[in-house]
Amino acid sequence: MVQLLWNGLFVGSFYALVALGYTMVYGIIKLLNFAHGDVYMLGAFIGFVALSGLGAIPGSLSLVALAIVMLISMTLTGFAGVLIERVAYRPLRGSPRLAVLITAVGVSFALEYGVSAIFGPNPRVFPVRLSNEGATMFGARFSFAQIALMVIALLLMFGLDTYVRRTSTGRAMRAIALDPKASLLMGINVNSVITRTFFIGSALAGAAGVMAGAYYGNINFLMGFIIGLKAFTAAVIGGIGNIRGAMLGGLLLGLLEAFGSQWFGGQWRDVFSFAVLILILTLRPTGILGGRVTERV
Amino acid sequence: MAKSKSKSERVNDNAELSDNVDASMAPRLIGKPQSRLSALFESKRLGWAALAIALILPFIIATPYTLNVMTNAAIFVLLAAGLNIVVGYCGLLDLGYVAFMAVGAYTAGIIAKSFELPLFFTIPAVLIMTVLAGLIIGTPTLRLRSDYLAIVTLGFGEMIRLTANNLAITGGTGGIYGIPGLQVFGIELQDPVRFYYVCVAIVSVFVLAAARLGKSRLGRAWRFVREDEDAAEAMGIHTYKVKLMAYIFGAFWGGMGGVLFAAHLSAVSPHSFVFLQSALVLMAVVLGGMGNMRGVVLGAIAITLLPEMLRNFSDYRYLVFGILLVVVMVFRPQGLWPSRAYEPERGFEGTKRSRARAAAKGQTS
Repeated sequence: MVQLLWNGLFVGSFYALVALGYTMVYGIIKLLNFAHGDVYMLGAFIGFVALSGLGAIPGSLSLVALAIVMLISMTLTGFAGVLIERVAYRPLRGSPRLAVLITAVGVSFALEYGVSAIFGPNPRVFPVRLSNEGATMFGARFSFAQIALMVIALLLMFGLDTYVRRTSTGRAMRAIALDPKASLLMGINVNSVITRTFFIGSALAGAAGVMAGAYYGNINFLMGFIIGLKAFTAAVIGGIGNIRGAMLGGLLLGLLEAFGSQWFGGQWRDVFSFAVLILILTLRPTGILGGRVTERV
Repeated sequence: MAKSKSKSERVNDNAELSDNVDASMAPRLIGKPQSRLSALFESKRLGWAALAIALILPFIIATPYTLNVMTNAAIFVLLAAGLNIVVGYCGLLDLGYVAFMAVGAYTAGIIAKSFELPLFFTIPAVLIMTVLAGLIIGTPTLRLRSDYLAIVTLGFGEMIRLTANNLAITGGTGGIYGIPGLQVFGIELQDPVRFYYVCVAIVSVFVLAAARLGKSRLGRAWRFVREDEDAAEAMGIHTYKVKLMAYIFGAFWGGMGGVLFAAHLSAVSPHSFVFLQSALVLMAVVLGGMGNMRGVVLGAIAITLLPEMLRNFSDYRYLVFGILLVVVMVFRPQGLWPSRAYEPERGFEGTKRSRARAAAKGQTS
């Protein structure tokens, strides 16, 4: 039981990190960034290249090396996100929603098969393998690597939350989410804030990518597809556009999945979480923390 | 002659109207095609010409390989025509379209195999199953913003594939083998050439039906919803119902594609229904020109034939497809061959019938 809870929370923290990017971008420019899951994949591959470049790492230093690689990967995926926004989404701002969605699918496709063309379609083995040591408490096993990754994820989330609540850029983000036109009139540089949002969201996805690569051990070019869907589910559960909602939704989805695969068997795990998504959209499309949204004409 | 004159007058009428229409959203050109070339593209005989080409081709090249590719292309055209109803006409993005194909293929395969029925008799069951699947996905999501539909359909596509993978009745990862072929009144149609002709016949009926649907009252409602959902609702269109109709029609078209697919391969397995397939169908619709059935048919043929021709660049072809999607959306969002939507005006003159009625009224009073 405790083991299930812990595993669920652990996987959930990955979902939460990726869901944050979804929810931030959606909250600000009402765009579903399909490519977000693939940015996560990109992060894992950048981490792979960087770790391979560092050469052999002694086991005791693997966490430190991982932290450095994570920073590199976060920076690069952040810039990748900015680039995607500049090239693919900005020219289409204000055009029909369908066009933007299709562009997002195109970007996702280009990223997946671009990586596949470079690294080949077969899974790659991540050069760092985290040790399996851990402690047993309450009849459940907590490995130190899991704890460390979880702490990093939580720190990133808290950092983001403070950033959005306390800094002026954060305030600008919230203002744009409320009303982009009025924010523009109030002297907010809307474009630069959107760029920053993409940077942060993509960097978080990149961090999650490196963490997942290090934890699961192998990566492939389609790994972002499923997690993109899951992260979206998490964002919807928490109320899309709501940052704390995304964190809560991620953890909740992780827990639901852990229990779902316990009840129905592991092969039904993904089916179960999509069923949850459809159920939530039927019963409470605004999610747990989402307010009522009225569409204005 | 008189007819064309009245059309050109309409062009002038519309020129005044066009001031308060946002040029990016409105149909690109209203009225008669301008040049001889575009008149050719708009010609009604074009569809017949395409059908004639499709019918003659086996007489020119009939190697098993080309027949196989051509049959695939025909099935793909059917899928693209179905997705065009959803994406092109109604403007709803469906990213899990092969899910319906999977539902159709599995329903047909399972029923045909366990009851030893010819595939044609499974079509009613396929109809029921695809409509059900369409309702399950459509009912909760179509009330929400269209973005939700996109990602829910994406999830639905995965869900169907995984379910097929896990269930015993669908044969698990191996799928179903030895599905009986097409047969009508004891005539075996499984021979490649005959099967190709059956496919072309079925596909052309469905493509024609989809094109006609687009011109019907429902089709006009779909396009209205696509252009401006709020305005459509204000004009008294039950947008939810109309969208659901588009979705269900699309589902059935996809299911039929699945039946043909199952008959063609005589086997179905979950590997055939990955997201890549949905994306390829979407690409055919988008590149061909959303809403224009001719463009979509051409796009579908191009999408099936290009990978066959570009076998040497197979590593890069999907990368190119992805970039192409972005480029097309940025520079030519209507697609390569967009629809020249023009609505015959029914304002003052009214329809033939209403004029006749008015004339009759005038005589009596």
